[in-house]
Amino acid sequence: MDVFVQQLINGLTLGAIYGLIAIGYTMVFGIIGMVNFAHGDVFMVSTFIALIGFLILTTWLGVASVAVALLIVLIITMPLTALWGWAIERVAYRPLRGSFRLAPLISAIGVSIFLSNFVQVAQGARNKPTPPMLNGGFTLFERDGYAVTLSYKQCLIMIVTVLLLAGFWYLVQRTAFGRAQRACEQDRRMAALLGIDVDRTISLTFVLGAALAAVAGVLYLLYYGVVSFSDGFVPGVKAFTAAVLGGIGSLPGAVLGGLIIGLIETFWSAYFSIEYKDVAAFSILAIVLIFMPSGILGRAEVEKV
Amino acid sequence: MSGVIDPREPVLTVEHLSMRFGGLLAVNDLSFEVRRGDITALIGPNGAGKTTVFNCITGFYKPTEGRLTLAHADGARHLLERLPNHAVNRRARVARTFQNIRLFSGMTVLENLLVAQHAPLMRASGFTVLGLLGLGGYRAAERAAIERARLWLDRIGLTPRADDPAGDLPYGAQRRLEIARAMCTEPVLLCLDEPAAGLNPRESAELTELLRRIRADGTSVLLIEHDMSVVMEISDHVVVLDYGVKIADGTPGAVRTDPRVVAAYLGVEDEEVEAVEAEVGLVLPSAGAEA
Repeated sequence: MDVFVQQLINGLTLGAIYGLIAIGYTMVFGIIGMVNFAHGDVFMVSTFIALIGFLILTTWLGVASVAVALLIVLIITMPLTALWGWAIERVAYRPLRGSFRLAPLISAIGVSIFLSNFVQVAQGARNKPTPPMLNGGFTLFERDGYAVTLSYKQCLIMIVTVLLLAGFWYLVQRTAFGRAQRACEQDRRMAALLGIDVDRTISLTFVLGAALAAVAGVLYLLYYGVVSFSDGFVPGVKAFTAAVLGGIGSLPGAVLGGLIIGLIETFWSAYFSIEYKDVAAFSILAIVLIFMPSGILGRAEVEKV
Repeated sequence: MSGVIDPREPVLTVEHLSMRFGGLLAVNDLSFEVRRGDITALIGPNGAGKTTVFNCITGFYKPTEGRLTLAHADGARHLLERLPNHAVNRRARVARTFQNIRLFSGMTVLENLLVAQHAPLMRASGFTVLGLLGLGGYRAAERAAIERARLWLDRIGLTPRADDPAGDLPYGAQRRLEIARAMCTEPVLLCLDEPAAGLNPRESAELTELLRRIRADGTSVLLIEHDMSVVMEISDHVVVLDYGVKIADGTPGAVRTDPRVVAAYLGVEDEEVEAVEAEVGLVLPSAGAEA
């Protein structure tokens, strides 16, 4: 029971990060039907922006409070990463719109390789550690010498994720931009005929996806305390898996998928073997997709004739 | 761009419009006018090129040749063939519906009408940023948008279903909602592609009433329609197309008795067409000579 609760906490924390990244995949897929394979690397870039920002703040500018530093890092990482997201869409995807379906996909893989190599060259191939921050936590209960703890980091990750998702949900469901975004998802041409600038809506979708990935990046840096240029790939693929598992195109699905993948991974690591955690996650994905081809919350595509 | 305002100046002037798809000439040197405040019907047999004309007007196709001028009452002129897709609606203020229903079926009825007012709302919300902070007159703009949506809901009789998904409405109601959605963009020209298709006689009558109301409120209407009773009843002006060529242009009464229109509509064989033409003393250039 103690181990179970502890793993539940760990799994939800990891799942929250996956969920934040997964939203970027699912939104972009929803609006232009394309898997943005570069999204994982955008996430990786954001971890580096966060790392650099954090080091500048703490060592050069001497910001003593970790909380203040984190807040500032979050505030600068989001727009900077969003700028990357915007630029990538503008340079690598928009010119290919209207081309055959695989073209932007190939382009996305190219951007992904470009980003990881760019960071490798610019920042070096070694892992970059940060000084440990926000140590400690609450001990929830203790039994037979096994303490179930909820660290401050985990608390922060969950609180930030919940707040962000609530805000994001409001944005999509209640604002004019959100309506336009949903309209473009359903019928881009019709949306254009109603005066919606589809290109701008797509740009904003990339910007939002990247901004959420940036939050995930800051939280990831905080949680693991080490980043590397290759960190875009595995979390990226996991988050993409989460989006597919939850039903690609569905926002709640992305979050749910993220949580499920996070939980599977941690529970498998805890009870079975850590080496096979990815195998477990992907096996469950395969099994779920056999029985629910459009994912857990995905809508089946019904083509009206 | 502004000039003297002539109230009878056509709202839409189509000049020498041609649209070619590979070897197929779908529209051939078509010229016609849509007068301000009129309901103009574009009719013709299946495959005559009516929808192609619509697609050219609304920016889906770039015409192979020709010019499409949309004139606002204040004298502003827009060349539709040069505008990007969304500007046809936002700047030139042309709205359209399609033969098949293209509502945002996952959104509610009310949301469908609000989406159509996206551009003014976006401006008022300072591109969402101010709106999220509740600044910049966004609330007032949102209220006005909802007000307009409510007005149209009332006109099309869907107020009780405002919060239902649009996809759940019966067919006739979806048709009316599409027109209301188009009208929420405040168009000067409303293009309707077969709005009466699939409607029962009662719904058809409601549609006719709705279109009259739209005309009375000052929006010009361009209509593709197969239901001749609707066309004859409400149009002020009829343009007839066959094989991409205009074969008649005039009042409903004049068009109805035009032998070429009769021949095109009855779908008589080529020899019989010639016979009909001979009967009425008419010589048409053959299709081959035109292409």
